[in-house]
Amino acid sequence: MSQIEIKSLNAYYDKLHVLKDINLNVEKGEILSLIGPSGSGKSSLLKMLVGLLTPKSGEVTLNNNQVNYTNKTDLRKIREQIAIVFQQYNLFQNMNVLKNVCIAPTKIQKRNQKEVEDQAVSLLEKVGLKDKLKSYPDELSGGQQQRVAIARALCLNPEILLLDEVTSALDPELVQEVLDAIRILAAEGMTMLIVSHEMSFVKEVSSRVVFMDNGSIIEINEPKIIFENPKEKRTLDFVSKILKDK
Amino acid sequence: MERLLEEIPSFFTIWNIIFLGKAMGVTFLLTAIGCLVGFSVGGLLAIFRKTKSILLLPLRFFIVIYTEIFRRVPFLVSLLLMFYVFQILKVSDNLFLIATITVCLIATAYIGEIIRSGIESINQTQWDAAEAMNFSYFQVLKEVIFPQAWKVILPPAFSFFIMFIKDTALASQIGVMELTFAAKILNNKGFSPLLSFGTILILYFILSFPLDRFGKYMEKKLVANRN
Amino acid sequence: MGYTLVYTQVLEFFPYLIRGALISLQIAILAFFGGMFFGLIFATIRTFGNKLMNNLVIWYVTFFTNTPQLVQIYFLFFALPEFGILLSPFVAVLVGMTLNAAAYLCEIQRAGFLSIRQNELDAAKTLNFTLTQQVKYVILPHIMKVLFPPLSNHYIIMTLGTSMAAIFGVEELTGRAFNINSETFRSVEIFSLTALVYIVITFIATFLLALIGRYFFKAKMRIIQ
Repeated sequence: MSQIEIKSLNAYYDKLHVLKDINLNVEKGEILSLIGPSGSGKSSLLKMLVGLLTPKSGEVTLNNNQVNYTNKTDLRKIREQIAIVFQQYNLFQNMNVLKNVCIAPTKIQKRNQKEVEDQAVSLLEKVGLKDKLKSYPDELSGGQQQRVAIARALCLNPEILLLDEVTSALDPELVQEVLDAIRILAAEGMTMLIVSHEMSFVKEVSSRVVFMDNGSIIEINEPKIIFENPKEKRTLDFVSKILKDK
Repeated sequence: MERLLEEIPSFFTIWNIIFLGKAMGVTFLLTAIGCLVGFSVGGLLAIFRKTKSILLLPLRFFIVIYTEIFRRVPFLVSLLLMFYVFQILKVSDNLFLIATITVCLIATAYIGEIIRSGIESINQTQWDAAEAMNFSYFQVLKEVIFPQAWKVILPPAFSFFIMFIKDTALASQIGVMELTFAAKILNNKGFSPLLSFGTILILYFILSFPLDRFGKYMEKKLVANRN
Repeated sequence: MGYTLVYTQVLEFFPYLIRGALISLQIAILAFFGGMFFGLIFATIRTFGNKLMNNLVIWYVTFFTNTPQLVQIYFLFFALPEFGILLSPFVAVLVGMTLNAAAYLCEIQRAGFLSIRQNELDAAKTLNFTLTQQVKYVILPHIMKVLFPPLSNHYIIMTLGTSMAAIFGVEELTGRAFNINSETFRSVEIFSLTALVYIVITFIATFLLALIGRYFFKAKMRIIQ
């Protein structure tokens, strides 16, 4: 049994068909990377999983339970199990780093304040930001903000972590610090879905890679095959273009 | 000019000063009540207008119609309409009440719009992040949106308060004993218009200027903070 | 209670009322463009003038934006005759509204001046634009895009403001409503109809202004807020 099963799923932004007949299984502990040109639906797929984009048809099952995205209880439950980190970090500008990490666990999950704070501090330490607890987002660099966002997602104790182009908005010299944080998580065996343009990183950490184009999944394969010997022509075109640009 | 100098001692008698002071109080009270109600009810309108539920669609529709109407009818016309509606329904003939209700209705429409654009000035990404962490609509507003949006809301709200201090002058037309009406009475009593209207111009200025300065000061400070 | 609304009588006066609306528009447009003219001069002084002139304009704006237009017009209408200056109601209202508008429109236009970005001008200079070309292709399009929405907004506020002309006996929209009211005593009917006419004329104005703003100046404008 897979942890996430997506079957013939379709979703729209207004009239735009952004996810077309998506079928995908994600195993527990797997690191699945989504690659493809911009506008291919990778980010939409992640947004759909946490209910920021409601699917029109098809089904999603999480740990063998079918999810109804229009049902509030289901939505609540799935958001407790799946956390997402955004491209633009989306930290709450009115809260300091510690508050950003602690607010949802204390106010929403109603967990013990002390226990949450301890966990937050140790998570921030893990991503190398222990000395920034009282800083506000606008006082931090993009890379630091993104690491806070990762700590914030982890403090929710999710089973699955979604990373949506988390390095795309960063200056090149800040990319590595964020990737290092993700490598630590990968080593701990958390299920992750990663949308990324960092091809060497994708190749290094992923158990499988999904190539998407124009809202559809074109190919799912091991990273070695996707990057060196893809089955589909469109994958080959994309990969060779990307690698040539590098 | 000579006439003016002769008049001044008889104009600034204790009785007239108390009379003007009371009138100034009425002007202030009308504005203050209007703005307080406008802020609370207008805030609610803004909050409900941003909801997405189908069930609340009629409410949202009503809010749009309400704000459009009350921002497109002159204060004077709304005031007279309210005055005559009260007359035919025989609810009350308290002029202050009629003026207060009109002020509140209009203030709600205007301040509701100011608060709504404040809410909308906050980036959608803040909503996405909060929603993905299971915040409810009201939790997002309380914890994330309003703590950021008030900086955008306050400066135009202050301009609006000032606009309302001035607009309450129109309440004189239905006979509410505020500053402008007081000036008309003094003028009718034989004091020169220069003195009567000149004095209340200064009194209006005294009411409005500190708010104006404070609003501008805050705007500067908040803009500086944001960058 | 026991009052029934009857609109037949006041509807007979509808054409008369609409002609009044045209006078309201006339006042609004004259005062708006008068205010734009003086506001532009004041804004120029605020941006480039010497300290004395600058302070004079600041005090002018502060005075007019912190006192009621109604009382200003009262002052013009009743106090100026003491100095031998007699203004007709129409002129008193027009002068009062223009002076008032000049203060607000000075502030709005000044904000437009301040929004011009130096780097755009630098870019234009490196492309060898002449001064006229800079104004035509860089400064004006930018200023209009920034200015058009708040100016339109102020025009609507001024249209509503014209109703106080009725207090001085000008027979514009509200003034005519007063007349019909004293003739028919159908007060609620006539004032609700008048309110509706204001809603319609300001709505048409918003619609046209949004159209112009979007089409000519690429300004972001909504018809329903």
